[in-house]
Amino acid sequence: MTALLELDNVSRRFGDVEALSGASIKVQRKQIIGILGPSGAGKTTMLRIAGLLETPTSGSVVLDGQPAPVTGSLALRRRMAMILQKPVVFRGSVMRNATYGLRVRGYPDGQARRLVAPLLDELGLAGMADRPASTLSGGEVQRLAFARATVLKPELLLLDEFTANLDPANIALLENGVRKYREGGGTVLMVTHNLAQGKRLADRVCLLLAGKLVETGPAEKFFEKPKTEKGRAFLNGSMVW
Amino acid sequence: MPIPPDELLEITVRSLFVSGVATLLGSLIGIPLGTLLAMTRFRGLRLAKAVLYTFYGFPPVVAGLIIFYLLSGNGPLSRLDLLFSVWAMIMAQLILVIPLVAGITLSSVTDVDRSVLDTARALGASSRQLRATALLEARSGVMTGVMVAFGGAVSEVGAAMLVGGNIQYQTRILTTAIVVETRMGNFEYAGALGLILLVITFGIYYMMGYFQERGPK
Repeated sequence: MTALLELDNVSRRFGDVEALSGASIKVQRKQIIGILGPSGAGKTTMLRIAGLLETPTSGSVVLDGQPAPVTGSLALRRRMAMILQKPVVFRGSVMRNATYGLRVRGYPDGQARRLVAPLLDELGLAGMADRPASTLSGGEVQRLAFARATVLKPELLLLDEFTANLDPANIALLENGVRKYREGGGTVLMVTHNLAQGKRLADRVCLLLAGKLVETGPAEKFFEKPKTEKGRAFLNGSMVW
Repeated sequence: MPIPPDELLEITVRSLFVSGVATLLGSLIGIPLGTLLAMTRFRGLRLAKAVLYTFYGFPPVVAGLIIFYLLSGNGPLSRLDLLFSVWAMIMAQLILVIPLVAGITLSSVTDVDRSVLDTARALGASSRQLRATALLEARSGVMTGVMVAFGGAVSEVGAAMLVGGNIQYQTRILTTAIVVETRMGNFEYAGALGLILLVITFGIYYMMGYFQERGPK
């Protein structure tokens, strides 16, 4: 079966630093893939390349069997949605933020509002719809970012530390949202340095250390018995980078 | 003999018309230009920015001189027969307005947080929608650019005098009238005209400030 997304021997260099070195992964449909690794391992770079926000120095991104060019890839980008590590809000109200992706896709304002309203309700933001988004707390911004991305029903949802700095109740709320999205047929590529979260959510994991992909496989097996020495060391909390 | 009230009103309206149209046209050109420069990478971008910023301090009288040359008998635009008209004054003020609006727009859009633009792209914005989003995020700065440009246009006298000629009932505006009244020794009257200019400018800035603070709901 053709993978929804494939990174083929992808590298990314920033000046003298190689942030990602020859990484290859396949993302199958209706799976949650967790990209694990310590800070600075190249997880975000990998996610940004997958989301067509970053051009790899070498290697290719393949979507549905077709090579995906970064330039002129609007149609492909619109099959995905990404939540950045530190979500930001646009000027304007919570509702205006939540409907941004729908509006750029040409949805009329009224229809966009109707589509996003149940999600805002689920995420406890319904009462804040008309408030300026700049007045939201950090947790509320993260919930808004989740609503703003998932309302688009993207084929591939890219999450970069989407629950960082959240309290347990908010983490549970968003993790349930991810599960629900996957049950609805969605696919998730998720960066996390939170091992417990990777264990709770991921079907498969990729372990990145110092820009190199050191291990990939089913999450259950990885957390039970990693294949590599570095994988074992990482799970034991050793300084492997 | 001071200017009669009906002429004073006419001069005031003409001042606002000339500077208002110059600011409007200059904004229509300067805002897209500044946004494009802020969001496009090309060879010579640094030079383009330096040229634009240099024009911030462009002397109004030189702008007037350029338009005078273009519209005068031997100039390439002489057929338009616009010299000593309000349109010649608008053209001269455009030269002053465009770099100000474009330059301040450029700075404001450049200052928009990169993660805001990344978010817009990650949510499926096209290049055009990305520019529109950046502009919306930078609108306070852009509005400041428009306000500064209007201030520069409404207060300049050299270009208006040179290409307008300060012709009574045709091209006389508040600033040129102040010069005439001062030369005639009517200092108090010139001062009163200056006060009118200040009050009108204050009113317009107040309104612009109101729109600067408002945004899409």
